[in-house]
Amino acid sequence: MKLILDNLACERGGRVLFSGLDLELAAGQGLLLQGPNGAGKTSLLKTIAGLIAPAEGEVRLDGGAGEAAVGEQCHLIGHLSGVKRALTVTENARFWARYLGDGAVGDALERFGLAELGDLAAGLLSAGQTRRLALARLLLARRPLWLLDEPAESLDTASRALLTDLIGGHLKAGGLVVAATHYQFGHDFSQKLTLGAQGAQAS
Amino acid sequence: MSAFFELMRRDLRLAVREGGALTTVLGFYLIVVAILPLGLGPDLKLLSRIAPGLLWVALLLAALLSVGRIFHNDYEDGALEVLALGPLPLELVAGAKALAHWITTGIPLTLAAPVLGLLLNLPGEAYGALLLTMATGTPAVSFVGAIGSALTLGLRRGGLLLALLILPLYVPVLIFGVSAMNAVITGPASFWPPYMILCALSLASLVLAPIAAAAALRVNLG
Repeated sequence: MKLILDNLACERGGRVLFSGLDLELAAGQGLLLQGPNGAGKTSLLKTIAGLIAPAEGEVRLDGGAGEAAVGEQCHLIGHLSGVKRALTVTENARFWARYLGDGAVGDALERFGLAELGDLAAGLLSAGQTRRLALARLLLARRPLWLLDEPAESLDTASRALLTDLIGGHLKAGGLVVAATHYQFGHDFSQKLTLGAQGAQAS
Repeated sequence: MSAFFELMRRDLRLAVREGGALTTVLGFYLIVVAILPLGLGPDLKLLSRIAPGLLWVALLLAALLSVGRIFHNDYEDGALEVLALGPLPLELVAGAKALAHWITTGIPLTLAAPVLGLLLNLPGEAYGALLLTMATGTPAVSFVGAIGSALTLGLRRGGLLLALLILPLYVPVLIFGVSAMNAVITGPASFWPPYMILCALSLASLVLAPIAAAAALRVNLG
């Protein structure tokens, strides 16, 4: 499996964020997105997921599940949690599990330390706990490509370590990860992409 | 298909949990219908003649209060993004949410209408037609409303714009709903031709509105 960005360009509100972006990410590789605020990290992630139509070029996932769009084969964990405040933690997780795939709700909540909070309304969770519930989606449906937008935001040290473990495990199992983050994860992302005023620079 | 019903079930559960929305809509419907006779005076003949129109217009206004919420909450908390990346095409996401809205708003409004008909001295023979036309017309109200909700997603004061966009689209439903009821009350025309057109409007909106709503959602998600 391979994620291919082919001559990708993104335009937001008439401003070109990046253009001519060529990139290949093979199975088991991680890509770290860096750049100052407003450089287009989130826009790139949304473009890969297919939420934003590219101004030019295309995004492909070679060797993925047949006809399915890239969006159906990726998890996008963005700034907004997608957690429904009126539902309990378990109900949130169960809905995503059934809607997106068929992961085990109990295991995912256990892993993120939310099992004991299962019956609590999600609106009562702290910011970090809400983020953990959003991250639990990664385990609730098996998808090869993870797009993470500042995943470590408002997480405590233990949860960050857990997230590092999860990303490591996912890469080892042949998954792909694209993460935009200022937090230094323990393991090495094999590729780095710096978005900035001068356009994209791969290294 | 299971994802479709799962999404609908979640929306129904949310509507029950959050509760307040339906109470507001029903309360608004009641208030509007209750103050109209106060403004028009105690002329029972006049009231019963214009009752079908008043009941329909009040229903549309009441429904307008809640259609904006079809996509709004999911957009605000980011759930819509995840729904868009699910196995369900965005058209079916829109359809499931509009259907859930009809069940939680359209059906209660339909059931409340006969009670409010009493306040307007609606003639006895018209109650069957009232229930039938409203049960048939309210799906169109929810589905067309979903288009408006999707179009006004990112806007701060979307509510007023929503009314401007959507009320004109409700006109056919209003005209044929009211004329079917008037046919029963005053005759001599038959109930069926306008009622059949109302059915057609409802079915067409069931098919076409999700497509339009999904297109608007794509623009707003990007």
